Amino acid sequence: MTGYTFAYLDEQTKRMIRRALLKAVAIPGYQVPFSSREMPMPYGWGTGGVQVTAACLTPEDRLKVIDQGADDTTNAVSIRSFFRKVAGVATTEATAEATIIQTRHRIPETPLAEGQILVFQVPIPEPLRFLEPRETETRKMHALADYGLMHVRLYEDIARHGAITRAYAYPVQVEGRYVMDPSPIPKFDNPKLHRSPALMLFGAGREQRIYALPPYTEVRSLDFEDYPFEPTKAGHACALCGDDASYLDEVIVDDAGGRMFVCSDTDHCRSRRAAGRRGTMAAPFEDAAA
Amino acid sequence: MSAPILQVRGLTKRYGARIGCAEVGFDLWPGEVMGVVGESGSGKSTLLACLSGHLAPDAGSVVWRRRDGAPVETLALPERDRRALMRSDWAFVHQNPRDGLRMGVTAGGNIGERLMARGARHYGAIRAAAADWLARVEIDPGRIDEAPRAFSGGMQQRLQIARALVTAPRLVFMDEPTGGLDVSVQARLLDLLRGLVRDLGLSAIVVTHDLAVVRLLAQRLMVMKDGRVVEAGLTDQVLDDPRHAYTQLLVSSVLQV
Repeated sequence: MTGYTFAYLDEQTKRMIRRALLKAVAIPGYQVPFSSREMPMPYGWGTGGVQVTAACLTPEDRLKVIDQGADDTTNAVSIRSFFRKVAGVATTEATAEATIIQTRHRIPETPLAEGQILVFQVPIPEPLRFLEPRETETRKMHALADYGLMHVRLYEDIARHGAITRAYAYPVQVEGRYVMDPSPIPKFDNPKLHRSPALMLFGAGREQRIYALPPYTEVRSLDFEDYPFEPTKAGHACALCGDDASYLDEVIVDDAGGRMFVCSDTDHCRSRRAAGRRGTMAAPFEDAAA
Repeated sequence: MSAPILQVRGLTKRYGARIGCAEVGFDLWPGEVMGVVGESGSGKSTLLACLSGHLAPDAGSVVWRRRDGAPVETLALPERDRRALMRSDWAFVHQNPRDGLRMGVTAGGNIGERLMARGARHYGAIRAAAADWLARVEIDPGRIDEAPRAFSGGMQQRLQIARALVTAPRLVFMDEPTGGLDVSVQARLLDLLRGLVRDLGLSAIVVTHDLAVVRLLAQRLMVMKDGRVVEAGLTDQVLDDPRHAYTQLLVSSVLQV
């Protein structure tokens, strides 16, 4: 496509973002300000992630985009076609084949490998946002590692509900230093952040912040000694592929309270079905029909 | 009792041309409670804010003696150390409990905050400490999971005291701790404070306009007028035999029932 610089953003902007990314990688978990650009999509649709992806893309890359684990939702499809058009890069839905994966709210089930880059779309990068309203104060708290308040929130959860009820955007501490919002991924995915072989980059477009986890970074979910962190998921197996270890979406199927649980990671589910695994509600003759 | 825990010299704070407090100096000894009295606008609260690090004074020094005996110039402390001091060895009790409490957080969470800020990570232990302190300030430990806004004014003030004292501070700053409470609640609170100060061996600086409060709590008294200390000495001495004309006026203005 002509009339655009490679990957839409002009070279100076990509350079500025790369500098922010380098700083973010150098200080894991620290929120680096960057001058976020207007993108041809609304805030909340992943403008931060798109800018980070654009700054990282090379013509040889193979891009995968997921939204809540799915490759086929509006957000994922439109961002994938956006980069196919403005960067001309190859795209894929297979996690293992991708070199860059832009994601919203999930980490793929397939373990990531060295050399892969996972780009998160982040709505609110500040983990202390709803505890301390002043941004000047939260910056000071980060600078001084003054994180007692974060535990007050967890304490309140246990006092009121008997357990830490926070199920997504569960705060983590990086290398024993910065407390970080891992973007709204389910806490089921938090352990995948810890010592991941892939590079993880976080972009918040509206809030103009970039942060990162270099490969093999220590990431600990905050908890109490007597109420340890527990990754949770629905206690079912996927109705299509039968996997009982993957993260599940609940789907209402009729007006009579009927529901099914399916893998939120569509690529994971499809590859399992392709390998012959079947859940309780899988189409009986799928192979023949296809 | 070998050395004063707080030495203040020449503390001055100006608001433009006006004086907040000027040339204030005193020593505070371990286990001693000092009262600061004066009318509104006399610089009491400015002095307290400067001492506790909430305001930066224009001149003077505040030297704090640490547990290991080493003196520290608190005004020159980096922010990190000053905050660490404020949540361990020092505590502040505000006049209005709303300023000192998190109103949306339960009583237990309020008391536990300082513990968690210091690194306590055992929920059961934090909760036990919170329940213990609720009992010590005469609040039913069964109300540990209620938010402060469900408490009466007197209970909120006692909760604030529990929150401040849970880390066993050595110095407590109190700004009108009984202000805005009715007299019977005031009396109970003073009783409680007196017991706590004696049992824990706290040092305290109590700012108030209420002479009855200092009579009950403080061993030593400073009288301030227009930002300056006009008279200082043992509480009973100052109140029974005031020398300065302003102190005489202050003492004679107290309503007798």
